[in-house]
Amino acid sequence: MSETPMTGRARPDRTPHSLAEWRAEAGYEAVERALKLTPAQVLDRVDQANLNGRGGAGFPAAQKWKFMADPAEAPGTGPNYLIVNGDEMEPGAFKDRFLLEALPHQVIEGAIITAYATHATVAYVLIRDEYRPGIAAMKRAIAEAEAAGLLGRDILGSGFSLTMKVKPSAGRYIVGEETALIESLEGKRAVPRKRPPFPAQSGLFGRPTTVNNVETISLVPHILANGPQWFRALSRTEEGGTKLYAVSGRVNKPGLIEAPMGTTARELIERSGGLSGNGKLRCFQPGGGASGFLEEAELDLPLDFGHCKTAGSMFGTGTMIVLDQTACPIGVLARHQRFYARESCGWCTPCRDGLPWVARILDALEEGTAEPGDLEILRMTAAEAGPRGRSFCDLMGGAMAPLATGLARFGDLFEAHLDGGCPIRRGVL
Amino acid sequence: MSLPEPLAEDIRAAMDSFGGARPAMLESLRLIQHAEGWVSDARLAEVAELLGVTPAELDNLATFYSMIFRRPVGETVILLCDGASCWLNGADAVRDAVMARLGIGFGETTGDGKYTLINCACLGGCDHAPAAAVGRDRRLVGPLAPEDLAPLLEAAP
Ligand SMILES: Cc1cc2nc3c(=O)[nH]c(=O)nc-3n(C[C@H](O)[C@H](O)[C@H](O)COP(=O)(O)O)c2cc1C
Ligand code: SF4
Ligand code: FES
Repeated sequence: MSETPMTGRARPDRTPHSLAEWRAEAGYEAVERALKLTPAQVLDRVDQANLNGRGGAGFPAAQKWKFMADPAEAPGTGPNYLIVNGDEMEPGAFKDRFLLEALPHQVIEGAIITAYATHATVAYVLIRDEYRPGIAAMKRAIAEAEAAGLLGRDILGSGFSLTMKVKPSAGRYIVGEETALIESLEGKRAVPRKRPPFPAQSGLFGRPTTVNNVETISLVPHILANGPQWFRALSRTEEGGTKLYAVSGRVNKPGLIEAPMGTTARELIERSGGLSGNGKLRCFQPGGGASGFLEEAELDLPLDFGHCKTAGSMFGTGTMIVLDQTACPIGVLARHQRFYARESCGWCTPCRDGLPWVARILDALEEGTAEPGDLEILRMTAAEAGPRGRSFCDLMGGAMAPLATGLARFGDLFEAHLDGGCPIRRGVL
Repeated sequence: MSLPEPLAEDIRAAMDSFGGARPAMLESLRLIQHAEGWVSDARLAEVAELLGVTPAELDNLATFYSMIFRRPVGETVILLCDGASCWLNGADAVRDAVMARLGIGFGETTGDGKYTLINCACLGGCDHAPAAAVGRDRRLVGPLAPEDLAPLLEAAP
C-alpha cells in the first residue's frame, strides 16, 4: 500500500482518469465497502482514523459528522446536505486545485462515503471560479459516475441515493467560510451566519449540513479501503493520515508534497530544492497567509495542527510560505493584509475598518512614510481585534495572527522600517 | 435585444439544478458573463425577469462577487496575482512591465479594447509564481518574467 495514497495515482500532467481507468486502479472499491457497512460503522472507522479537517481549522471530521441527525428527525422537510469546499483562496494554498483537476473521482468517492455516514442525499462541490480545469474535471467525472450508477438512485444496489452537483463560485475569499458558503449557495451575499446553530443543526436551506474541505474528502476513501489503523500509521504524530503539503515563496522548486502528517519544514524545504534567495532562512508561515510566522528554531517541528498551535502558530491549510533572509516579512504582511482587507465581507467593524488601516500602515512602513505611533496602532489592533470572538467570523483573527507573531518576532525590523522604508530593499540590513 | 434562447435555457436548467430562482442567481450571472464577457444593465434586467426576482436583488449579488463584471472588459482579461508568494518571486517587476507595455493600470482596459488588467488574490498557482490567469478559460500562466510578456499577451481570449 502506497505511502502517497492520495496523490499516488495522479498523472504528472494532471489529466484526470476516465471512470474505466479509475476503476482499473481500484477506484470505487472503497465505496463498495462502505455501502456494505451501516452509516454508524463508517463514521466509527473515520473516528478511529483520527482524520482532522484539512480546510484550516483541523476539526476532527467524525466529530462534526456525529452532529448530523437522521433527516426524518430534523425539524422541517428536505434532505441532509454535504458541501465539499473547494473555494481555496488562502494565500499560498494550491492543493485543492490539484485534487480537483487530477483526481476528481477520488473526490466523488469521498463525497459518497461522507454523505452516507451523514445521511446526506444531496452533495454540492463549490469550486472557485478561476479553477476552470477543476470545475470541468468534476463535472465530467460526476456525469460518468451517474451514467454508471455510482451516483443517483440506489447506488450499487445499496438503497442509498446521492445527487452530486458542481457549483462554481464567483470570487470573494469569504465564500470559503462555511456559513458564508451556505449563504452563497442559497443565493445571497456571502456574509457569515451567527453560530449556533451550527450547520449540522441548521445549514443549507435550514437543513442539517456538513461542510468539508476537498482534501478531507479526498482522504476518506483510503480509510475505508485500508482501515483506520493503517491510516493512523501513515502519520508520524497523533493526527491521522498523510498531508498534501505545499511549499512556495523562496524555494527553488515550489510544489506539492504528499507526506506523513508531522513532516518537518526542514524536510519539506529540502524536498523543494532548498531555499532560493541567499539560501538562509528568515522565517516561514506553515499554513498559508493566516498562520503565524515560525523561524529557524521551528524547522524540526512536526507540522500538524497540534504542534503548530503549541508553537504559537497555526497549521491552517498546511501550505507553507517560505522567506529567505533577503525577503522582508513586513512586505509579505503588507500583501496579506491588503488581501484580507479587500476580502472582508464588511459585516463587522474591527474587520471592515481595522484591516484597511493595518494595510495602509504596512504600506507606509514599506515606503518609509510611517510614523512611530503607527507601530502602536498595529500592536493595539493585533491585541484587541485579533483574539477569537472579537469579530463575527475568523477572517479577522486569521489576518491578525501573522501580524501579531510578526510584531513579536521581528520588532527590530519593524522599527528599522521607520527610518526610510524597507531596510532590506535599501540594502542596509 | 432579448435573452438568447440557449442562455435562457441554461438559466432555467440552473434553477432546476440548484433549488429555484434565488440559488440560481449567481450562476445566471456567470452564464451571461461566459457568453458576453460581462453583465450589462440590459442583461441584468432580462435575467431578473426570467428568474422572477428584481434587478436590484440580482445587482446586490453582482456587486458583492468580485469576479462578476458589471462594466465591459477587453477581449482578453488578465488576472494578475498580487499574492505574497508571487511577490516573493518578482511579481512587482512583472506588474510594472505589463502596465508599461499596455499603458493601463489595474481595473483598466486598453484603448483598442484588447486587454483588461485586474489584480487578483492568490490564484492557487504559487508553484508557478509569479502567476496570472488569462482569458475566458482563466488559463494559468507562469512563472512570468518582465522581459517576456508573451505568455500573458498571446494567450487566446
Ligand atoms: C475566511 C475564511 C475562509 C475560508 N476558506 C476556506 C476554503 O476556501 N476552503 C476550505 O475548505 N475551508 C475554508 N475555510 C474553513 C471553513 O470555514 C471550514 O472550516 C472548512 O471548510 C471545514 O472543512 P474541514 O473540516 O474538512 O476542514 C475558511 C474559513 C474562513 C474563516
Ligand atoms: S470578521 Fe470580517 S469577514 Fe468575518 S464577518 Fe466580520 S467583516 Fe465579515
Ligand atoms: S501567490 Fe500568486 S498564485 Fe499564489
